[in-house]
Amino acid sequence: MSGAAQGYAAGTAAARGANAKFETWLWIAQRASAAVLALCVLVHLATIIYAVHHSLSGAAILARTRGNVGALAFYTLYVLAIAVHAPIGLRALCQEWLGWRSASLNWVIGALALALFVFGLRAGAAVFVG
Amino acid sequence: MNMLRVSVWRGGADGEYRNYEVPRQESQSVLDVVTYIQRNIDPTLSYRFACRVGMCGACAMTVNGVARWTCRTHVAKVAKDNAIQIAPLANLPVVKDLVTDMCEFFDKWARARGRFAPGATRKDAFARVASDSPERVAANAGIECIGCGVCYASCDVVSWNPDYLGPAALNRAWTLVNDVRDTAQRERLAAVAGDAGCHACHTHLSCGERCPKNIVPTASIAGLKRAVALAAWRGEL
Repeated sequence: MSGAAQGYAAGTAAARGANAKFETWLWIAQRASAAVLALCVLVHLATIIYAVHHSLSGAAILARTRGNVGALAFYTLYVLAIAVHAPIGLRALCQEWLGWRSASLNWVIGALALALFVFGLRAGAAVFVG
Repeated sequence: MNMLRVSVWRGGADGEYRNYEVPRQESQSVLDVVTYIQRNIDPTLSYRFACRVGMCGACAMTVNGVARWTCRTHVAKVAKDNAIQIAPLANLPVVKDLVTDMCEFFDKWARARGRFAPGATRKDAFARVASDSPERVAANAGIECIGCGVCYASCDVVSWNPDYLGPAALNRAWTLVNDVRDTAQRERLAAVAGDAGCHACHTHLSCGERCPKNIVPTASIAGLKRAVALAAWRGEL
């Protein structure tokens, strides 16, 4: 029996059940956030193209975003979707390419998700407050 | 006589290719070539086969870098410059020459709960399953698997993650998920979820492209993802 198979056999049924639940919810979260991102990226790109085509300066953009609750809500949603989607994908990459499957990976990925969310919100708040 | 140049893997995992010359014949299969070498050139060559007609799934090997059932693969289809290279299946431990250890492959079928869990007794009437019901149609799409291991040897995810159950085991689980008589659905969905199960599939589709029975395990795995997600949503996982 291979080492991996022994590791699997040593795991309890309850642990495997918890793992199945956790992994399934991560999968659902990544697919759901992907659907949100598909829309958000389109809106974001359209906004960038509009700003470039109209030669909007930084000040002109800030004038539009300052106090704009709609823009703040949109970018908060965008940041949330990124903070959910990207770390889960990176986690899969670490597992498959680096063979990193220990519990430490989940902590690192969780910290990354939190950092993306906090720094993203900070950027969104900055253009809202101006 | 027209001779085919054949390069065959000899030895275990640390073996090497050895070259042979085999008379070229009309309608010659790759299995015919291997058999010729063993019977006429080197009787120590080990390989596995049984039915020779594409039913048993025993003779799968890597031919010119691609996993194939050798009894139904014509030399004319795969030879390049009148030469072929034959190796054991990838992603499985090599026992000797062209023989791989299939234990892990079939253990994973058991791990994916690939066995039917009956609920009726001999006193019950036969179950009636309409042949055009959605479940029966879904099961039909994957039921003809012969367990040859071609999909498993062709799967990138198996090579990255040795725990991954693989296309054949997950396809088998999907046929049972669609068996309305089965009574172990909850346990099966829990068994095929997770990073060793259906969620690890990258939908590269190599399994479906290489499957000699034209099954598309990727589609079965996608079905499992939907079924598992639905079960998690309902709190039944």
